[in-house]
Amino acid sequence: MIPANSGLAAASNLALPAKLVKVGGVVASLLLTFIGLTAITFTIGRVMPADPVLAIVGDRASQEVYDQVFLQLGLDKPIYIQYFKYLGQLLQGDLGTSVMTGQPVADDILRFFPATLELATVATLLGVFVGIPMGVLAAVNQGRWIDHVVRIIGLIGYSAPIFWLGMIAILIFYFKLDWVAGPGRLDVFYDSIVDPVSGILILDAALAGEWEIFHNAISHLILPSSILGTFALAYIARMTRSFMLDQLSQEYILTARVKGIPEWQVIWGHAFRNVLVQLITIIGLTYASLLEGSVLTETIFSWPGIGLYITNSLFNNDMNAVLGGTIVVGCCFVGINMLSDLLYKLVDPRVR
Amino acid sequence: MPTATLRGWLLAEVPESKSQARCQRLFIGWLAFKRNPVAVIGLLIITSLVVVAMLAPWLTAGDALEPDLANRLRPPGSEHWFGTDELGRDILDRIIWGSRITLYIVGLVSIIVVPIGLLIGVVAGYIGGWVDTVLMRLTDIFLAFPRLILAMALVAALGPGLENAVLAIALTTWSPFARIARAEALTIRSSDFILAARMQGVSTAGILARHVAPLCMSSVIVRLTLDMAGIILTAAGLGFLGLGAQPPTPEWGAMISLGRQYLIDQWWVPTMPGIAILVVSLGFNLLGDGLRDVFDPKSGG
Amino acid sequence: MTAEPLLRVEDLCVDYHTPTGLVQAVRGVSFELGKEKLGIVGESGSGKSQTGRAILGLTAPGGEVRASRLEFKGTDLLHADARTLRRIRGGGISMIMQDPKYSLNPVMTVGKQIEEAFLVHSNDSKREAYARTLEMLRAVQIREPERVYRAYPHEVSGGMGQRIMIAMMMIPEPAIIIADEPTSALDVTVQLQVLAVLDDMISERGMGLIFISHDLNLIASFCDRILIMYGGQVMEECRATELAQAQHPYTRGLLDCLPQLDGGKRELAVLQRDPAWLESTGKPA
Repeated sequence: MIPANSGLAAASNLALPAKLVKVGGVVASLLLTFIGLTAITFTIGRVMPADPVLAIVGDRASQEVYDQVFLQLGLDKPIYIQYFKYLGQLLQGDLGTSVMTGQPVADDILRFFPATLELATVATLLGVFVGIPMGVLAAVNQGRWIDHVVRIIGLIGYSAPIFWLGMIAILIFYFKLDWVAGPGRLDVFYDSIVDPVSGILILDAALAGEWEIFHNAISHLILPSSILGTFALAYIARMTRSFMLDQLSQEYILTARVKGIPEWQVIWGHAFRNVLVQLITIIGLTYASLLEGSVLTETIFSWPGIGLYITNSLFNNDMNAVLGGTIVVGCCFVGINMLSDLLYKLVDPRVR
Repeated sequence: MPTATLRGWLLAEVPESKSQARCQRLFIGWLAFKRNPVAVIGLLIITSLVVVAMLAPWLTAGDALEPDLANRLRPPGSEHWFGTDELGRDILDRIIWGSRITLYIVGLVSIIVVPIGLLIGVVAGYIGGWVDTVLMRLTDIFLAFPRLILAMALVAALGPGLENAVLAIALTTWSPFARIARAEALTIRSSDFILAARMQGVSTAGILARHVAPLCMSSVIVRLTLDMAGIILTAAGLGFLGLGAQPPTPEWGAMISLGRQYLIDQWWVPTMPGIAILVVSLGFNLLGDGLRDVFDPKSGG
Repeated sequence: MTAEPLLRVEDLCVDYHTPTGLVQAVRGVSFELGKEKLGIVGESGSGKSQTGRAILGLTAPGGEVRASRLEFKGTDLLHADARTLRRIRGGGISMIMQDPKYSLNPVMTVGKQIEEAFLVHSNDSKREAYARTLEMLRAVQIREPERVYRAYPHEVSGGMGQRIMIAMMMIPEPAIIIADEPTSALDVTVQLQVLAVLDDMISERGMGLIFISHDLNLIASFCDRILIMYGGQVMEECRATELAQAQHPYTRGLLDCLPQLDGGKRELAVLQRDPAWLESTGKPA
């Protein structure tokens, strides 16, 4: 007689060391990517410009400053030593000094980052909570009018240049309709009243109980996050629809229907459960790309985030600032993607 | 009737030559593609773009670069369908000339990205081992970079200009193609016909070039078309930031940037170029969707 | 058959309107099923699976189902509302599919899936569902039901997966079970075990079985009656014991193709398909 449990895999008995190896692999991967990232920014900053020192100090610097930076960069030494010096500085959190502000780039970035975080987070939440139901609805009603509507919204959402969309939105909702506040994060006379505890204005205002400021902040936040969120929404809805269609054509859905389960449970309890796993990666990707997409949105809405910082630094030829910003955003990008990868592995039982 | 026999030839059960088989595949693919009206719209848009770009000198009066200050900021009307910009130039004319730049960007990026991606992916997937690991690490690093920001950093180092912008975009776009090519190469490399070719003494390079690479082409092309919209948007973004083509070149993104200050009272100046970008980007997305449905219908998207 | 048949199918037609034309997957199929084992044999494309799906009302979208009669225990399946259909699915008629790798939900534990099948058709508590699930797993010869309960579909072998399928489809106590190629994805040694389990449960509960397969030998040995389908139509219907005396040239052709263990021909015949068999006797759309 064939033993009944001969089919059971040893998966549930996975030895601990193997799991550690997996995590170790991920960490090693992260490190390698980080090194790659820094190699690229190093190349851009030191190797590409005709005179890397000029790129950093600008052409109005004095000879002493020039010589100082020259030595700081170690330009008299061979290139791999320069790179290691650079890497060492990075790991200590030293991103150089900004020509524009005279401050360490790292400090500047820390000041501007929360604004971008606020924007990207709200936009992603919008994309998730509106985009996912839209995608599911479209997939379930494939071919009918609601499917077409969702697809059109999705298509326009990510075919439109985001800075143009933002511009039009400002024109309509601010100038013509006066429904929302204008550019910037806060009306000028509310500036610096609230203590920057987290850097995220709506949180800080709520914590301090300053409800007028809270409302003003929301009024300023709503339009840029909607524009950025439209892009997220379009992408997420489209991917959700695609995944759902794929799942709904699988055999196990037929099994579920054969069992006599109500249709909504088939859709959400079975098909969507399988889609959720894949959506984690998508949401991670979206969040990461919103960090980047905020560059253009922040420019249009004068939102003081890291995107605006990099853009301004670019116009002021502030190489350290630009590269510093690039590294930080790049690291976040990599970090978020790795995180969603890990989350995926944790949640999908097939991978465990 | 000649048409009847052509269709008959294309639908024949057993093709008699390799070229007939190829034509048949294209025809059947076209039939499938045609069924999707949205995809056909995409194709129409892109075809129009190409046609308009080619016929630019005949469709416009002049080269849309000469200022005509007497005619500044005229609203859309019978003489200027899209109105005029801050230097009096007809906006529609500028958009038409700008289509050449768009095509230039699209073409240049494709020429750089497809060969590099194919080469790296196919070599990595077929040869495997440490070559694969090294190449994939390289791919991952570029994949990990946020496109616009890396482009900005590159332009910071190299200076603004259309070619630099194209280079920047290309550097951040080739990674997905390498991945796709590698995935296909991995599937194909253990096939019998590859084994047969090896036994016949075909060199690795020969196998890669004549057998593996062509099979990856369809996935790569579909992905390229889908990514094209993103490439155009990034290029427009760079143009908007002033990092792409420099004035007076009528690049659509730059036109939006220059027209931004006139948004409130002369809305058409920044709005029209944006519509052009939207339409072209939409066209590529629709076309890419249609192509993907033909080549890989189970993705259902 | 003296008792009322469980299932009555009269002139069942399933059409698909594809861009390249009309595809008549099932053309005028008629049969009755009582508490017996009915086998439907046919090659790929003969319409046997489509018949099974049509009975449950689960034809793929784009398909059109017509019949002069499609009744389960007196209930009209063709014009039933959604609620009635859902009640009958699982509770009245169930279906086992071919490959548990694909027919089980990969992100739910096996136990939860079986429980779900039970809870949909009863008002019992979760605890009762759990107990019944374990009971069912034991009934299909699974030795450590608690462990298997917590397993995921990809962690069990094919044979065990099919037995889990059987458990899942039997737990709501249907009157009829449709088995669509239940052993085709399994190794030969495992096939027999799964069939044995199926056989036991059907006899124990006095159920009706529709066994769909392409394997004539298997059906002949397992079922009571056989329906032979080709091109969407029933070519012949006979008792399993009388298969050797089959009349229709298609059936005879099939029988001739089968290798015989006890001597017989040296050269196996190749089935000659007469295009006349495809002539529609069912009504066109």
